[in-house]
Amino acid sequence: MTMRTDVRYGFIYKPLLFLICLVPVAWVLAGIGNALAITHLPVPGLGADPVRRMLGIFGHSALNLLLITLCVSPLRQLTGNAQLLRLRRMLGVFACCYALLHFLAYVGPFQGFDAHAIAADIYKRPYITLGFTALLMLLALAITSTNGWMRRLGRRWQQLHRLVYVIIVLGVWHYWWQVKKDIREPLLYASVTALLLGWRWWRRRARRARSATSNYALPTAPERT
Amino acid sequence: MPRPSLPYIPPSEITAERHFQVRRELLAGALGLAGAALLPGRAVGTAAAPALAPLHFTRNARYRVADPLNSYEEITTYNNFYEFGVDKTDPAANSDSLRTRPWTLSIAGEAEVTGTFHLEDILRQHPLEERIYRHRCVEAWSMVIPWVGFPLADLLKRFRPTSSAKFVEFTTLLDPRQMPGQRSGLLDWPYREGLRIDEAMHPLALMVVGVYGRELPNQNGAPLRVHLPWKYGFKSGKSIVRIRFTARRPLTSWPAAFPGEYGFYANVNPRVDHPRWSQATERRIGASLFGQRRPTEMFNGYGEQVAELYRGLDLRSNF
Repeated sequence: MTMRTDVRYGFIYKPLLFLICLVPVAWVLAGIGNALAITHLPVPGLGADPVRRMLGIFGHSALNLLLITLCVSPLRQLTGNAQLLRLRRMLGVFACCYALLHFLAYVGPFQGFDAHAIAADIYKRPYITLGFTALLMLLALAITSTNGWMRRLGRRWQQLHRLVYVIIVLGVWHYWWQVKKDIREPLLYASVTALLLGWRWWRRRARRARSATSNYALPTAPERT
Repeated sequence: MPRPSLPYIPPSEITAERHFQVRRELLAGALGLAGAALLPGRAVGTAAAPALAPLHFTRNARYRVADPLNSYEEITTYNNFYEFGVDKTDPAANSDSLRTRPWTLSIAGEAEVTGTFHLEDILRQHPLEERIYRHRCVEAWSMVIPWVGFPLADLLKRFRPTSSAKFVEFTTLLDPRQMPGQRSGLLDWPYREGLRIDEAMHPLALMVVGVYGRELPNQNGAPLRVHLPWKYGFKSGKSIVRIRFTARRPLTSWPAAFPGEYGFYANVNPRVDHPRWSQATERRIGASLFGQRRPTEMFNGYGEQVAELYRGLDLRSNF
């Protein structure tokens, strides 16, 4: 006998995914705890510069989760498993949480809560402007990710949430712009982003081409937007 | 090939036995540096220090810093040394392949004495001293480091640079087998750095052979590196194999790769930002989680000693 899909997702897959998504923040907390000799957990240390490391872990986690979120639709289309969509909201909200943690690590440990320096950075440094813009957009999407907001926004909900494509581009750009010289890793992120956005563009084009041919003999209706 | 001999050193310059003994005692003192009185709240990490030979040195009281020292672990696991990889932890992980013995140093260019010398022949002639210097990276982080070395000027003078020697160029070892990072095209290897001759002759410019009383670990630029505490860290060439006196300003590695971001002078200057980040403040590595940010000082706090070198020079365009 197979378990019902609702039960499988609600009691197994989702809690499991939730725990996996907590791993980076748990690692950072354990690393700080170890460094302060409060905890003695067997985790890889955060090294001589835990602040920079923390920024990196949170930033990478946000980008990784955004890219995984963007993998859900292609995977559903490739496997035909529509249930995968049930996991997407959690992935997206976690991506936002890590982006927020990345920002808070920057505000507190990295900048020492210096409001003037932070404002100057956001205003003057293009890569920080990009990252901050992406964070604000991501927060808007996380806030409107609830069922209530989906109902309230109706059709516009999907339009709004297409912002995720802008966010991932800004996020990868933000990363690219701050490395000193070695762009191999940002390039990898950019390639995966290009692949995921390219897939969507290609499918959209193919779909339009299909509907154009099938509509060939039909009387033309005013295009709906 | 006959090796040119080093210039004659009067016996008075050679360390007397009694000083030698004093140094041994000082060394014992240095290893006891972990004393809580000297370094409140900081572990020095000498217990975990690798089997690097202890050095004989005196402590130069003129070059001290009020701030606590960074730990041995911080100094030796957080490095920018792209010859071993671009991550801060890469040099400590990947530099075992560097062989620092035997090591030769070539002297070339506008000097009366040029040629290739064995490092130990050179080092024999320089009494070592410990100097505690602030180290400021162009990436806006800093450390406080107890280097062991000798004045760069003492070394350079031995080769009697001629009047046409206006600049000095330092070249790092080029050997991708020993330095795996050189297999990537990140920079135009070998790494080259340079100074105006008066900067190089300044008493603050230090030829470094050790840290925390012991020989330099490979990741810190063994066996021979310079340290220029009033300049951003990238000016301090590591694992140096060649020193060349030149009449014209040498093209150095970072300005060659990114002329808009890194300059030849690279003096620490809180008023001249890097195009992508502010230099007004810096993070002191190892300070508490929320207390790392501190204002950056002009010339990294060494203005009293070095500002004279740059009188009349526009430090904004000559960044």
